[in-house]
Amino acid sequence: MTFLFYLPLILVYAVFAIYAERKIAAFIQDRLGPMEVGRYGLLQTVADLLKLLQKEDIIPAAADRFMFRVAPFLIFVSIFVGFSVLPVSASMAGSGASTGLYFLLAFVSLDVLGMLFAGWGSNNKYALYGAMRSVAQIVSYEIPLSLSVLSVIVLSQSLDLQEISFQQSIWSDQKSYLLGISALGEVSSWGGFFTWNIIRLPILVPVFVIYFIASLAESNRAPFDLAEAESELIGGFHTEYSGFRWALIMLAEYGMMLLVSILAAILFLGSWNSPLPNIGTVKLAEWTNGSIGTWTSYAWGSFWLLSKAFLLIFVQMWVRWTYPRLRVDQLMNLCWKYLTPAALLLLLLSAVWVLSWV
Amino acid sequence: MSDMITIAFYLFAGLSIISGIFMIFTKNILYAAFALMFCFLSLAGIYVLLGADFVAITQLLVYVGGVLVLLIFGVMLTVRVEGKSLQTGSHLKWGGALIGILWIGILVQLILQVDWTAVMTDQPIEASVNSIGKLLLSKYVIVFELAGLLLLIGLVGAAYIAGAKIRTK
Amino acid sequence: MIPFAHILILSAVLFAIGLALVVVRKNAIIVLMGIELMLNAGNLNLVAFNQKNPELLEGHLFALVVMMIAAIEAAVALAIILKVYKLFQSVNLDEINEMKG
Repeated sequence: MTFLFYLPLILVYAVFAIYAERKIAAFIQDRLGPMEVGRYGLLQTVADLLKLLQKEDIIPAAADRFMFRVAPFLIFVSIFVGFSVLPVSASMAGSGASTGLYFLLAFVSLDVLGMLFAGWGSNNKYALYGAMRSVAQIVSYEIPLSLSVLSVIVLSQSLDLQEISFQQSIWSDQKSYLLGISALGEVSSWGGFFTWNIIRLPILVPVFVIYFIASLAESNRAPFDLAEAESELIGGFHTEYSGFRWALIMLAEYGMMLLVSILAAILFLGSWNSPLPNIGTVKLAEWTNGSIGTWTSYAWGSFWLLSKAFLLIFVQMWVRWTYPRLRVDQLMNLCWKYLTPAALLLLLLSAVWVLSWV
Repeated sequence: MSDMITIAFYLFAGLSIISGIFMIFTKNILYAAFALMFCFLSLAGIYVLLGADFVAITQLLVYVGGVLVLLIFGVMLTVRVEGKSLQTGSHLKWGGALIGILWIGILVQLILQVDWTAVMTDQPIEASVNSIGKLLLSKYVIVFELAGLLLLIGLVGAAYIAGAKIRTK
Repeated sequence: MIPFAHILILSAVLFAIGLALVVVRKNAIIVLMGIELMLNAGNLNLVAFNQKNPELLEGHLFALVVMMIAAIEAAVALAIILKVYKLFQSVNLDEINEMKG
């Protein structure tokens, strides 16, 4: 069911994300960005897209034709399958619910195969270097990413994304306390941002930071965009691609950003729940969540989930245009010497938290 | 529903066998890796049909996301990029065919002799993540810990073998 | 229901394919792929035989342990192959026939 929601979403979102990326870059660098097509350049990406689809699909003479053709589909499919388990709102869960999170982590790791095939199939040394770099990076950063997700799993005792969402809602049976300390009082009925995982269980704040860094690397975004460092490698593994296949790779890349952002929103930032708490008789949380089973819950749920995800995507773009790119050795140092041990330690601490809390 | 499962099983089985046979006959190593991916994916599908969801996803995570990527990395590191070195030949063709056919013949003979419906139950299995986790940390905890230790030893060993420099005489 | 014998036959065929790959191919990495395929065939058997005693889940746990070992085996074997490649400049098993390093 969620398929019908997410496929059009990715397509529309990619168009506006590219426009947003260019505008944000422009404002950070104190220029105007695209202004020509449409008002404030709003139609610029649509024009780009039309141009892109008309382009010839060039396959280099020396390329491995089969592999070159099939790789973009492999990348896109493996990322799109990840969307299938995400919930949209309180009354709309993803498929494969009971092992949803595990399934997502497994499938997202498959896109490295597509990248390897693309890099090798292009028969181009820049593409091959880009593919090797991006695969090494994604495989390494999967470890802190999985460990930080594991901390959330340990704390919420579930692999079901919809159940994790419900735990953070006003409909949850569990008691949640202010900042996780029972002496400070119970906030289960307040709802809003008080019952978000990150506020309810403050140990998740450093976990969220690790998750965010690892997810930047996972989606090959700056400052971890060594794989497609334009100034060194031209374009990484998609150097040789053009036209529709290139559009597919870009779609997969932006889809990956959306996927990790939605996952972050679900795991840490209260999923489809409204951030507004109930204050006394002003039941803001109940008003802005809708009631389960009616159209209000679909509308509010998807609105809050997507606005949280888009906020995170904005932060990703902000980071991209603020920090310089890392070197390869710095990248691996950060992953193996800092993030992985820190994530392991936090996993241990969250296990202790659960033992003392339950 | 039951029919659907059976049909899906034969589809996956056919896919895995076809990609396996393709692996034997292809000359290109990366095509073999590609076929191996299909083989692993269809086996994961069969695991889901057999009710083993957790094993199926672990299959994806470990084999397709881990072992296969490692193998392709190995291919790229050990094959010289210039020329047509991705091609590789075969030897002992008749010996291989003979062994394979003999093996299938003997096993199929043996499998068909047993009346499996008497041995196996039709009872649906309850293989949730929860029950697997509980068993893994209670009844099978020694196996679990030993596997973890083996992983550590393997990691150190692999890093040592691949990382150490060749001693010059 | 899937006929039980057919699962076992599929497993036997996959094992035979893996065996044939190990015997026939010259490249060390394809031989490794054949070994992985054989392990997978064994795993399929284990998951299928779980049906004998479903509440114990022995087959599933055994399959999980086999996967762990397969991952280690691939890593160590690949390290050895890389080393061999450094020494012989080839991973063609026909050319690696000296005992002296």
